[in-house]
Amino acid sequence: MASITLKLNNKNYTIEADPKMPLLWAIRDLAGLTGTKYGCGIAQCGACTVHLEGVPVRSCSVPVSSAANKNITTIEGLSTDNSTAVQRAWILEQVPQCGYCQSGQIMAASALLKRNPNPTDKDIDTAMQGHICRCGTYPRIRKAIKTAAQLMTQK
Amino acid sequence: METTPKNISRRNFIKLSGLTGTALTLGFSFSTSANELDIWNATAAESSGVELNAWISIDTNGKVTLMNHRSEMGQGSFQSVPQMIAEELEVALDQVNIIFAPGNGRKYGSQVTGGSSTIRGSYKKLLRLGASAREMLIETAAKKWGVNKSECYAENGTVIHRASGKKFHYGELVTEAAKLEAPKDVALKNPKDYKLIRKPLPRQDTPMKVNGKAVFGLDFKLPSMLYAVVERSPRFQGKVIKWDDTETKKVPGVRHVLKVTRDEFGNMREGVAVVADNTWAAMQGRKALKIEWDDTAFPHHSTEELYTKMREQVKGEMISFRTMGNTTSAFAKAEKKVEATYETPYESHSCMEPLNCVANVTDDKIEIWGPIQGPDWIQQNICAHFKLPPEKVIVNMTFLGGGFGRKAFTDYPYEAVMISKEIKAPVQVIWTREDDMTIGPFRPGMVYQCKGAVTGNGRIGSFETKISGQNMDMQNPGADKTSYNGSDTEGFLEGYFESIPHYSFGDSPLDSPVPVMWWRSVYSSTNAFAFESFIDELAVQAAKDPIDFRRQHLGERYQLLMNKLEQVSGWKERGKNTGYGVAITECFSSIVGEVVKVSKTADGKIKIDKVWAVMDCGWYVNPDIIKAQVEGSIVMALGAATKHETTFKDGKAVERNFVEYKMPRIQDIPEIEVHIMDNEEKAGGVGEPGLPPFTPALTNAIFDLTGTRIRRLPFSLDKIG
Repeated sequence: MASITLKLNNKNYTIEADPKMPLLWAIRDLAGLTGTKYGCGIAQCGACTVHLEGVPVRSCSVPVSSAANKNITTIEGLSTDNSTAVQRAWILEQVPQCGYCQSGQIMAASALLKRNPNPTDKDIDTAMQGHICRCGTYPRIRKAIKTAAQLMTQK
Repeated sequence: METTPKNISRRNFIKLSGLTGTALTLGFSFSTSANELDIWNATAAESSGVELNAWISIDTNGKVTLMNHRSEMGQGSFQSVPQMIAEELEVALDQVNIIFAPGNGRKYGSQVTGGSSTIRGSYKKLLRLGASAREMLIETAAKKWGVNKSECYAENGTVIHRASGKKFHYGELVTEAAKLEAPKDVALKNPKDYKLIRKPLPRQDTPMKVNGKAVFGLDFKLPSMLYAVVERSPRFQGKVIKWDDTETKKVPGVRHVLKVTRDEFGNMREGVAVVADNTWAAMQGRKALKIEWDDTAFPHHSTEELYTKMREQVKGEMISFRTMGNTTSAFAKAEKKVEATYETPYESHSCMEPLNCVANVTDDKIEIWGPIQGPDWIQQNICAHFKLPPEKVIVNMTFLGGGFGRKAFTDYPYEAVMISKEIKAPVQVIWTREDDMTIGPFRPGMVYQCKGAVTGNGRIGSFETKISGQNMDMQNPGADKTSYNGSDTEGFLEGYFESIPHYSFGDSPLDSPVPVMWWRSVYSSTNAFAFESFIDELAVQAAKDPIDFRRQHLGERYQLLMNKLEQVSGWKERGKNTGYGVAITECFSSIVGEVVKVSKTADGKIKIDKVWAVMDCGWYVNPDIIKAQVEGSIVMALGAATKHETTFKDGKAVERNFVEYKMPRIQDIPEIEVHIMDNEEKAGGVGEPGLPPFTPALTNAIFDLTGTRIRRLPFSLDKIG
């Protein structure tokens, strides 16, 4: 067990954890932020995606010790009022059905648009293919990413 | 508006829904006449001792609270139930607070969210409920003004006197309205006047599903709650002989190791639970566990063995379900005939939210929280096992991260209750993805043997289907194994029964320890592949266009749907070097037709260019939710047709996670265009009926393009001859 400081959404959380514990479970069980989801535990589904220093990572496969003192953004840290372009686009296009995978989808889409504000279909496929949606909201995810890109230009 | 689902005690609906002071509360009570529900004013019901379920309440601030009795697992009932009531009540949806009802079958009627039944099962009474409240408010206002009711109308949470323009806010009327008896008969609105129904209103649960605030089962926490994972028998009916938890107990955070059971269709399955301070510690403790299983009492089947048995069984005697004429002699005499065998795989539900449940067993009651499709079933199951009356067993629903049939099953809450009871603490049981994918129950694998004949004038002369596969109803102890499967014809168009002179449907159930359960659209999800592929094969025998061939057998409602499908898909103008396939199925009282267009890529693979779907679900609420459900159904069907299956080896499920059980991903999804028929037919299902026609429409399209007939699922789009 080790004492570890997690910088989650600009707030410090000091936790006692096995250094090998995946960041996912530290965020969910120890810091109590449940927007980040468990889906497969082996980096195959994307439901647990968070930003580590701005880069999307699968929190189920990152040991908590290697995330210590680094800036981590979870779905709760994107905005307090659903005001980011991606969140607005997700609402406009009515993307979620069950909604369980959408935290991860939104974190991936946000990272994509940050580095590529005008993605092609191919770019979207590449950035989003690691994310499974069992409800099949894929057509709307594609549409919402394009809508978000447009919303970003209107700012 | 507030839409956070609250966990409420059924007795405290009014208190916990935050209603202030006096409120007009209406609900249903079961009247003596079987299915018809009477609407009651809560005040009147209280004085006459009638127990009510409260569905709707308006307080003196005009705040409206609606109770949603069905699970929200993505299908949109969280939106569509209030959208119906608010329409007749004449309030805007942003004036409405929605809460989930706890499990209580006696109060709410069936709460099992299955069979795409939420709207089709209850829309008439929900409309009447909204209308009754509206009429009571209008009556109260008219009395206060001393005018005739007919001079007043309701709009946007107010009652208005037409001539003078005088207004009362609903909140100003509830105290008086609460003294009235609910009207016996109310006039429902003309669909032409709908303001909310049939409008693509955005879902009220969307905002909380884009910021992590929606609480799913896995997100629910109680103070001092512990976390448990369970090592269950990897072979389906294994018993624990003994275990060694020496290493497990060395894992920091592990608190308890105990044997648990799980009620699977009345059969008790065994496992060993590891309970810890957090999920990870429980998982690590479980890895260190050594268990010896006794799995000698049942066969260890492989996929090959299961299908060999089914292939043999379809050649033998059937338990007859539905017949007309004599298919044997009609087939023998026919000149043009076809025989074909179709096979569909076992499948895992693989909801993105793995199974989980929180239980808290205290001295005086059992309370559970979880992603639950069947709260009333679970309440009954827990009551029976722990010998408690219903008021001591409280089943709370969270949002569900997918359900698809799996979360209607009662095993996982039972297991959580058992652990909480043993350790005397609140506990969350988490199934890992591997548990969720390998323990089952699964969609049953099926084999269909079809024989059919075409008459001289190109119609279907005879249609026979022999089915083998596990019958879900036969898993319960004491089930009658000589009885037919009443779902043998699910997915088949009712219209065919009126026009095919000789038909026969029967089954020969497969006996296997593999547990099986409903999977989105249930038997239609597999039956339709056989039926609609075979209709296509008969159309080829008849040398007819596949839509024209179907058209000659079917009545007006189907004709309208086929016309629409033909028009939107450009069926008649279809070009060279493309394949078009069609399928039309009927499932849970809705008819859906789909056309798939395919082509070949430069490297010889099949590409799905586009899918057109036409849904006829009769009376409907929210067209955007319907479109989303059909899109999602098509994606799920695409996965089961071309990507994944569950196989068995030595009595264990082979596919354990998404590495082996490959899901469709964003780059696999074609453009999907959905149309909805407008008519005044009764409401049909929405969440499932879009799934069955996709696969046969796809394989029929591949036949059209390549001449290759696909009769076994799944198949790879990359390897078609």
